[in-house]
Amino acid sequence: MSKKVKAAIIGPGNIGTDLLVKAMRSAYIEPVWMVGVVPESPGLARASELGLKITADGVDGMLPTMQEDGVQICFDATSAYVHAENSRKVNQLGAVMIDLTPAAIGPFCVPTVNLAEAVSAQAMNVNMVTCGGQATIPMVAAVSRVQAVDYGEIVATVSSKSAGPGTRKNIDEFTRTTASGIEKVGGAKNGKAIIIINPAEPPLLMRDTIHCLTVDEPDQEAITKSIHEMITEVQKYVPGYTLKNGPVFDGKRVSIYMEVEGLGDFLPKYAGNLDIMTAAGLRTAEMYAEEILAGRFVPTAA
Amino acid sequence: MDLTGKKVTLHDMCLRDGMHPKQHQITVDQMVTIAKAMDEAGIPLIEVTHGDGLGGASVNYGFPAASDEEYLTAVCKEMKNARVSALLLPGIGTVDHLKMAVDCGISTIRIATHCTEADVSEQHLTMAAKYDDLDTVGFLMMAHMIEAEELVTQLKMMEDFGANCVYITDSAGYMLPDHVTSRVALARAELRPETELGFHGHHNMALGIANSLAAVEAGANRIDGSLAGLGAGAGNTPLEIFIAVCDRMGVETGVDLFKAMDVAEDLIVPLMDDMVRVDRDSLTLGYAGVYSSFLLFAKRSAEKYGLSSRDILVELGRRRTVGGQEDMIEDLALDMAKARGGN
Repeated sequence: MSKKVKAAIIGPGNIGTDLLVKAMRSAYIEPVWMVGVVPESPGLARASELGLKITADGVDGMLPTMQEDGVQICFDATSAYVHAENSRKVNQLGAVMIDLTPAAIGPFCVPTVNLAEAVSAQAMNVNMVTCGGQATIPMVAAVSRVQAVDYGEIVATVSSKSAGPGTRKNIDEFTRTTASGIEKVGGAKNGKAIIIINPAEPPLLMRDTIHCLTVDEPDQEAITKSIHEMITEVQKYVPGYTLKNGPVFDGKRVSIYMEVEGLGDFLPKYAGNLDIMTAAGLRTAEMYAEEILAGRFVPTAA
Repeated sequence: MDLTGKKVTLHDMCLRDGMHPKQHQITVDQMVTIAKAMDEAGIPLIEVTHGDGLGGASVNYGFPAASDEEYLTAVCKEMKNARVSALLLPGIGTVDHLKMAVDCGISTIRIATHCTEADVSEQHLTMAAKYDDLDTVGFLMMAHMIEAEELVTQLKMMEDFGANCVYITDSAGYMLPDHVTSRVALARAELRPETELGFHGHHNMALGIANSLAAVEAGANRIDGSLAGLGAGAGNTPLEIFIAVCDRMGVETGVDLFKAMDVAEDLIVPLMDDMVRVDRDSLTLGYAGVYSSFLLFAKRSAEKYGLSSRDILVELGRRRTVGGQEDMIEDLALDMAKARGGN
């Protein structure tokens, strides 16, 4: 078996646990630590059963042996409020931080669009934008790489059961961070994001609508081709990323209707919004790991 | 029904909910003229925002003739007695919009969520409640979709976040008077006595007046409506009619009925692009329990893809879509057109 890069997951909730299940299959990443704050957390117990070291004392509980344990990559699946502190601590000990919270202190990373760029810049903290961002920014980029996009707007509809307390308490973070990602990574001059939570039972799959307003008349053939190519790229790590309808062309409007079904590793399949985050986070870590294993990147204390 | 001596605060929706049938194209001048006439008639509270609330300007819901800031600034400074409210749907607008609206001079902010999702309003209600004089309102939409007990749990959440008034909102115009009575009565019994309780109706089943009366009888003290009914679907509770009924029943509104009638007839009706009334499509909204502002989107998609707007609306109801899912309509129409084998 080839050498893998050791990783720690901070936050043993649904996202952290789903990430763990995915990471266990990875050819490049070996999860060795699960970090929580609640001793009786079922996520910590599960990680322990899977052979990981665990602590309920937060990041501080891992730090004393983190370097000894060879951790070079950390995932933060906690909340925006504690992320900066977590990141500072693990960066100091030379581990790259992959941020799955909306804190966005590091550069945004959407694997199919700018992962290579982020990795080659050797950033010690990268942010995964938001679930809606991961699901839609590739489509905005698919249009903007063909021609200039004046305005990109996305509507993400998620099932009530897949919207956790963190998202609910701070829903403005979602709209702001996603809108910013549409501009910075998606390449739209102006971005807007809308999130809708639907409580229907059985829970609906994540739906995403992407509207782009192009500066000039859209080149329908080139845009359609670009969209299909981008979807194939995203499907490499999220097989359930599906074009439902479109692109619809109406004047300078280009509308794309997507559905995202998760893999159903730990999270239910309808929670494609969460799955695409964990899959994108892992994909990012793997790309860093390849660089580390090839000796092209040595994460060092920030 | 004996409502003698009850007092209600009327809240006009023409310049917010009425933006839906106008495709958000009411001009600043029209808003100012109408709001001044309403103020003159004694209407105490007037909502002014994009139809989908602050930050609603979008491809998805439509770009308005002017920004929320322009509308609010222009209207607020002209009001003598009336106060101005703004609507905000978390997920569409943010606390930044809320602050902007306060700076423009609103006195009331209404934070609206789907009836089961009150917890997404915490950020906004908490911030609104920190302003000393801001009337902070929680607004639970599509309230027909859940039973009274669950609805009250959600209303109480908004009360705990800092709302001094909470609303039961019949966004689909689906409720029958009994539905209103059971929900309002339970809410009144369970909420803090000082918390105000409101009802927002739509006239899709022609029950706007009857439902609003049921709400007042069961303990609501704020009633939304719009003069001449200008609002989404078949419109809101037609306010001048409700005022007339209140007068006859001895309910105090403080509004001058004849002046209100004149605003409806002379200013609102001429503004309508199409007559806002109960017709086949708006009746379908009420019958199938569909968010009222889907109406024009369904009509447009039906026309574009050669479908029946009624079929689209019925299917949207069957899929239990919620407010804000306008993007679902073209997507669904494309599916229906594919299934039919055309296009």
